[in-house]
Amino acid sequence: MSYLNPGLPKPVPAPDGLDTPFWEAASREVLMLQRCGACQEFQWGPEWICHRCHSEDLGFEEVSPVGNIYSYERVWHPVHPALKEQGPYIIVLVELLECSSVRLVGNLLGDPEQPVEIGTSVRAFFEHHRDVEPPFTLVQWEKI
Amino acid sequence: MSRTVRGKVAVVGIGETQYYKRGEAPDAEFKLALKAILAACEDAGISPKEVDGFASFSNDRSDPSHLAAALGVDDLRFANMQWGGGGGGGSGAIANAAAAVATGMAECVVVFRALAQGQFGRFGQGPQRDVIAGDGAHTVPFGLMSPAQSFAMKVTRFMHDHGVEQNALRAISLASYHHAQNNPRAVMHGRPLDEEKYDNSRWIVEPFHLFDCCLENDGAAAMVLVAAERARDFPHKPAYILSALSGSHYRAGASVHNTPDYATSTFKTVVPRLYDMAQVKPADVDVLQCYENFTGGVLMSMVEHQFCDPDGCNEFFVKDNLVAPSGKLPTNTSGGNLAECYMHGLGLNIEAVRQIRGQSTNQVDDADVALVASGPMVTPVSSSIFGTEATL
Repeated sequence: MSYLNPGLPKPVPAPDGLDTPFWEAASREVLMLQRCGACQEFQWGPEWICHRCHSEDLGFEEVSPVGNIYSYERVWHPVHPALKEQGPYIIVLVELLECSSVRLVGNLLGDPEQPVEIGTSVRAFFEHHRDVEPPFTLVQWEKI
Repeated sequence: MSRTVRGKVAVVGIGETQYYKRGEAPDAEFKLALKAILAACEDAGISPKEVDGFASFSNDRSDPSHLAAALGVDDLRFANMQWGGGGGGGSGAIANAAAAVATGMAECVVVFRALAQGQFGRFGQGPQRDVIAGDGAHTVPFGLMSPAQSFAMKVTRFMHDHGVEQNALRAISLASYHHAQNNPRAVMHGRPLDEEKYDNSRWIVEPFHLFDCCLENDGAAAMVLVAAERARDFPHKPAYILSALSGSHYRAGASVHNTPDYATSTFKTVVPRLYDMAQVKPADVDVLQCYENFTGGVLMSMVEHQFCDPDGCNEFFVKDNLVAPSGKLPTNTSGGNLAECYMHGLGLNIEAVRQIRGQSTNQVDDADVALVASGPMVTPVSSSIFGTEATL
């Protein structure tokens, strides 16, 4: 099941490989984010060096897929042909509990006209698109 | 303070093409740029061949060397592009041009912006391709792909943190449309807006109604900058640059909405430097042009330029406070990006010059200090302050 109608651009790992582990983990229903091996700071989006200590020793580490809604928006006007018949939908910006320096963008599953409050607890839902080419998995969010 | 542009450079010419709805310009984008530059030179009473520098922003497609060739410029000395930030580069391009003139790198620099969204792509549409990689892969598949969608999330958080109500955004839109009714250049001239029409307009993305969003237009604008010591030799009253600079806060450019200070117009670190250089205080500002990509950005910009307490927005942002000539702080007196024309904010700088000259269609009495805030919520942003000779 897909929250948004099909036809939007499909996400693929960056050609430079910077975010490949994120997408591979998502397909296994694991949330993995970039973490510095030297100072242990998480950072997102991924970078080539740690913004805090400038180490190149960066890897990806599993984090608990739960967080709070940091901000949100309900979109009404479609700006892509695939969304012409969509109606409203909700985008959330989620601050992760385990690493509050990191935020992720996703949709809030459920009624698109539901009330949304900043601070609400959410958990990840891995939305698989396995029957398209190339296949991909989106990290979506639902209220706990 | 010797390391400053304050009072060293002045705007002596301004020019605009007719402003059109998106896709309706009869001319190619490059010709629009030429027409605006010719108009600015005529306003300054100079030959376009005397221009020796060009500065623009947001990856303007009209290349300075091509412009110089087309205009028959004798001696090109300065060709500058302000990186990044879209409309946030408007005052930044002026800052760069002013720096070139103040340091003797060039004598007569044109700052310009030309847009033909019919000839080229629209700003307000999402990418239409099969796959997407990089930063966009983490936003576009969720339907987050337009400027309105990128910025509504910041505004929502700011409104939540400070209890800002929808009517505060509405007041900004009403003021712009009010001013446009007196401005025959404005695309929305003759199309007034009232509370009911705003309230009944459709949502684009909450909290932005249709009338909270900028227009999409075709046209071009330009201004001519020279050294202050020459400025009185030109036909019009000079608008002296008291300050112009750009910047952004710590990791403002962190991707996928990860900047640590999120609910900001990005002006917090720019504003103290802006006022220091200009040697003015917020209370000295007679008239404000504040870039409206979206009204929420105007509200946050005005807070961060210290015109209003963040927790006092519902009281401050009422139409009467924002309209010329009688409001506490007349704002966007041409109609701005919402109702005059979306010329990526360069039109706002031109309107500030008009106010200093006393030539606005919504003139503020005795306007000595005019501030322009360019491009909220992007990075980098920029601001400029213009003054009359009395402010030097």
